[in-house]
This record gives sequence, structure tokens and C-alpha cells, in this order.
Amino acid sequence: MADTPGAGSPQAGWRPLGGQNATEGRGPEANNHLATNVMHFARVLREAGMPVGTDRVQLSLKALQVAGLESRRDFQATLAACMVDRAEHRPLFEQAFHIFWRDPDLLGRVMAMLLPQAEGKPMRPPPPENRRLAQALFPHAPEAQREPQAQKIEVDAQMSWSERELLQQRDFETMTAEEWAQAQQVLASMRPFFETRPTRRRQSALRGRVDWRASLRAQGRSEAAPLRFQKPRQHVAPLTVLADISGSMSRYSRMLLHLAHGLSNPRERRHAPRVTSFVFGTRLTPITRLLKQRDPDLAVAAVAQRVADWSGGTRLAACLHDFNKHWARRVLSSDATVLLITDGLEQGDAEALAFEARRLRLGCRRLIWLNPLLRFEGFEPRAAGVRALLPEVSLHIPAHNLASLEHLTKLLCN
Amino acid sequence: MIPASIDETAAGLLAHGYVAQRELATAAFLALRLQRPLFLEGEPGTGKTEIAKTLAALLDRPLIRLQCYEGLDLAGAAYEWNYARQMLEIKLGQVSGEDLFARRFLIPRALLQAIDPANPVAPVLLIDELDRADEPFEAFLLEVLSEFQITIPELGVIKALAPPIVIITSNRTREIHDAVKRRCLYHWVDFPSAARELEILRLRVPEAPAALARQIVAFIQGLRALDLYKLPGVAETIEWSRALLELNALQLDPETVQSTLGVLLKYQDDIARVQGSEAARLLAQLKIEAHG
Repeated sequence: MADTPGAGSPQAGWRPLGGQNATEGRGPEANNHLATNVMHFARVLREAGMPVGTDRVQLSLKALQVAGLESRRDFQATLAACMVDRAEHRPLFEQAFHIFWRDPDLLGRVMAMLLPQAEGKPMRPPPPENRRLAQALFPHAPEAQREPQAQKIEVDAQMSWSERELLQQRDFETMTAEEWAQAQQVLASMRPFFETRPTRRRQSALRGRVDWRASLRAQGRSEAAPLRFQKPRQHVAPLTVLADISGSMSRYSRMLLHLAHGLSNPRERRHAPRVTSFVFGTRLTPITRLLKQRDPDLAVAAVAQRVADWSGGTRLAACLHDFNKHWARRVLSSDATVLLITDGLEQGDAEALAFEARRLRLGCRRLIWLNPLLRFEGFEPRAAGVRALLPEVSLHIPAHNLASLEHLTKLLCN
Repeated sequence: MIPASIDETAAGLLAHGYVAQRELATAAFLALRLQRPLFLEGEPGTGKTEIAKTLAALLDRPLIRLQCYEGLDLAGAAYEWNYARQMLEIKLGQVSGEDLFARRFLIPRALLQAIDPANPVAPVLLIDELDRADEPFEAFLLEVLSEFQITIPELGVIKALAPPIVIITSNRTREIHDAVKRRCLYHWVDFPSAARELEILRLRVPEAPAALARQIVAFIQGLRALDLYKLPGVAETIEWSRALLELNALQLDPETVQSTLGVLLKYQDDIARVQGSEAARLLAQLKIEAHG
């Protein structure tokens, strides 16, 4: 078994500690061995997407010398304390640890994940092992069989919605230079979404409160220096974008992604808010990190690849619930603005939606709803979902193309 | 003075009334031995602040606490000049130019106190709820956390003789910058298992009858399995036990639970959900487990 991963795993030193007391005769050689293994382990984690630097490896080795290697649990805890620094990386670390430091059962399962599915009855559903991790452990192993592509639907489903979860991938056209310029212009005029709020920090100003520190320092230099003043510094309230990418919204999803990307990568960092972005259809996907990529086309492509529920049904209430429960407390501060971009067409439980919308509104300072349906003359809030959302939003504005965003800016400026 | 092994750390913490998970004891032990700050993240009420206090008691060192809040700045966290005194002395003609920024005009705050070279023994520095401070403040911490020193432009560098033991806690209302985390050992403090929670309860509320304690723990573990907005932490468990003792409750019954839910759950939506049928269901489950 130990030789099987040979193809892709690090050649020298792939001999992880076998259970307990593997380094009992701790000579320099054993230590060396351990160091190599820890280094390879760190490399596996890095490949799997955890930011483990060389400093962390050094720290781990130092820590292991102090903590000893008597028990496997302590060994894991020591490595975790040194190498993990984010709560969401813990499951990844645990899986990697069990696989790398020899847990024959799991190793077998990961191998099975990489090999073509054997014919026969599976005993139980396969564990949710991480594909990214498997590829990091055995980079040269053949790709596991791809899931069959979701069938393309030819019917124009853009104005329909359903609760059915329909998973499919999506490609977006890249932006033309003209479009990009236009988008930039619109984004530049999106100031109204940004609300400046006073912070409790101060900066020097012509009038305001006396700044004793600066005044005294000035007077230390020359007796006749005038008093200095300071005033509260302003900051731009953080912005959270929640964009609907379900079937009825698919016409706009590309524009929405570019909007979110533009907001996250402003030209002028100084007066830009902290932006967190999510997309949702039948499930909520955080895309803040994907949008950090500065090139808009690459960023949008990355999102397109990550999101699994393009143009499927809408589960607005469920997605908002997910957001409220898992994200709201982390990304919403009391002065945050939430930009909810959806048509509000939800077939499900309108009561649940109203409940989640209220919860969302209570968690932020302003809840702005951009609604593409608002372009239709005589739009009346007849759908149950729309009626549930409406009382909770502070602003309800149309957003079906770039032009209407411009219109929106003008509206808000008045 | 500093524990020599993980076991010793865990035993020491236990002796001072803190039931630590093995992983937490390991992280604490490493933080002490490697002289690295310990960064603790987790749900509110899982004993993050408590471990700093316990460590201070265990090592018999003073605890210096810096409670973070939005707008916390240098003057509040590290040091401030005593402007009134400076002004006065200028008026009296006792100081001039150079001496204006002497050590005696300096008012040390938590961070400077913690690294003061004059300390007879390095203290335990607790930086509580760092996620409440704004991001610019984190940048200032970098120097303190890695070098255990503070640079005061008017005075020079002040460096600790022996590095303090630093514990940073965060409720994760926002992500702390990687640069801070990189300098620390990290541990996520989870909700305890039923057995551990019972042990905690026995230690912290010894006057609670064993049967009641078991029921309380089982009820709260049941609550944590529900889809609530804010799950009750260990602090709530202890608080609730005390409340029940105050009410002379010998066992959990629907009325008592109903009237004391506010101790456990702090959101009206959660209370409304649990009240009535859900609480009755949990209690019924307790009875089945107790008798079956």
C-alpha cells in the first residue's frame, strides 16, 4: 500500500509515521526524516490551497521538538496549531493529516477516488473527500472520471423559475474593450451606494477638537506655534453584494458579475468600501476571494467555474437563511450596506422569505434591492416573494442593464 | 514555572478550574514554550477569555487585559503623553525642548505595560475580541506581536526583557488579517462534548445535583443540534445552572425551562422557536434517555 502513491508523491521521504512511536530511536537521522515529511506535508497542504509558508514549517518543527511525538493526537494538534490559521481550513487539514500520516482506510478511499470507478456495488456512499486535496497528494494520477455534463436546455427559461435544483456550468463571453470602458464609467458613478460614516479615529483638520499631541509637538519646535485641531475620520461603509443567478435572472448574470468585480477592484482604493460578494440560485456561493483577481475576464471565468447552480431554480428564502446564519455576523457590521440583486420571484414559502428578509434588514444599515423586473411599465408587486421582500428594503430600484444603472445613479443623486 | 509537557499544562489548567480539550492544552503549551502569541477563535461563550485568566493564575503572573473596540487607537492601547503635565511644566519653566518627551510624561496603556522592561515578571497579555477593533489597529499590533517592542517616535524603542504571554481572542465577526495570524499559533475553540461539558459544570457549579447537571447538559447539547441563529455557549450553560439553582429546581420541567429560556437564548426568534413544542420534545427525549 505504501508504494502505491509513489507515482506522484514526493519520492524521498514518503514514509509517514506509522501509527505511534515511529521515531522512537530519535537520532539525527530520524529527525531528518521527520523534517522531510513535515515539509512534504506542508507542500501537500499548500497545493490543496492552504497558505502554509516556510516559516510555518520551521515553526512546526520547533514545536514538535518541544511537544514530543509520543501520541498521534498531540502530533496532530501541534501541526494544526502551527499550520492552520483559518477556521474553514480545519476540515481540509484534518483530511490531509489522516491521509498523509497513514490512515490506510482513508488512503485507500482517496486512491479509489482517483481510479476509475470499479464495477460492482458500492458498500456505502463515498465520503466527501476533497478533490483538490486528492490532486495535491497524487498530482500525476489519472483524473477521476468527470461528472456528466448537465444537459443543456434549449427552451428559453428566462422568465420561469422553479425550486428544482438544476446544476450546470456556464461560460461567459469576454468583455469587449468598449464594454469595459462603459462599465468602468458606470462604476465610477456608483458612489451613491457608498455611504461615508464617521469613525472613532481622528485626523488633523482646520477646525474641530484640539489635538494636544500635535499642538505640543509643534510648540516644542517653536514657542509661537498655533493650536492644531482634529476631526473624526470618515470611512466608507462596507458593502455586501448578494446577486441572484437563477434561470429567471440569467440574462443579467454576466453584467452582475462584472458589477461585483468592479466594486471589489476599484481604481481608487482610498475611498473604496470593503466589498464581500455572494451569488445564489439554489445555493449560496461566496465569491469574494475569486473576484480578487484583477482581470475582470479571468475573475468572472473563475466564478463561472466555481458556481454550480447557474440558471437553475431560485431558493431565495433558503439562500438568505444560509447567509443570515453563516455569514451575516461575519461580513455585516452595523453600518453595512447590502445590495440585493434579484427579481424576487420565489415560489416557495413567502412567510419564510419575509422572515429572512427582516433578519437581513436588522443586520445591516441599508438594504438596497436592485430589481431587473422594474423596467416593465406598470410593474406591480403581485408575486408573493416580491410582496414579502418589499416592506424590508430601504430602496427598490431597477437594474436590467448598464444604462439603467446610470439612471439609478442620477436618481440617487437627486 | 512553565509546564514541562502537555499533560502538565492540562493538569494545571484543570487544577485551576478549566477543563481544556487536549488540542487546546497542546496549543497553550506550545505558546508558552515557543513564546508565540496564541490566537483563539470560536463562538462566543466557549471559554476563550477564561483561558487567559486561568493561565495567569496558573503561572502566578499578572493579567493585563486590552478590550478591543471600534476606534481603539494608539492612545487607548499603547501609550499617551501626559499633555496637562507637559503644559504645566512648560509654564513653570521646568522643561524645555528636548526634555519635553521624557519617560515621566508617558502614560502607559495595556500594551506598553505588558512589555515594560521594568516588569519583575512577564505578565499575561489578553487582547480580547480583536475583531471588534478596526483593521488599521491590527497593523500596529504586528510589531508588538513579533518583536515584543513598541517604537515611540519621540522616545525610541521600548522592548520587553522577557516576552509576555499573549492570548488574542476573536469571535470571528470579521476575518483578522493574515499578517497577524501568521505570527501566532492558532486554535479554534469548539463547543465541548457532552462529557466535557458535564465535567465543566461539575467544576464550576459544584452545588448543582448530579442528576440536574446531566439533564442540563443533555438539554443544551440538544439545543445545539437545532438550527438556531445563536447557539448557547458554555458560559450560558453555567449561567443557566446557577439560575436553576436560584429557583430551587431539582429537575427540568417545561414551566421552568419556559421561564428561564432567556438565560440561554438571546434572540427572540430563537426563543420563539424553542418555546413550547420544541422544548417539550427535547425534555421528552431526556426522559427517554434517562429511563431507557
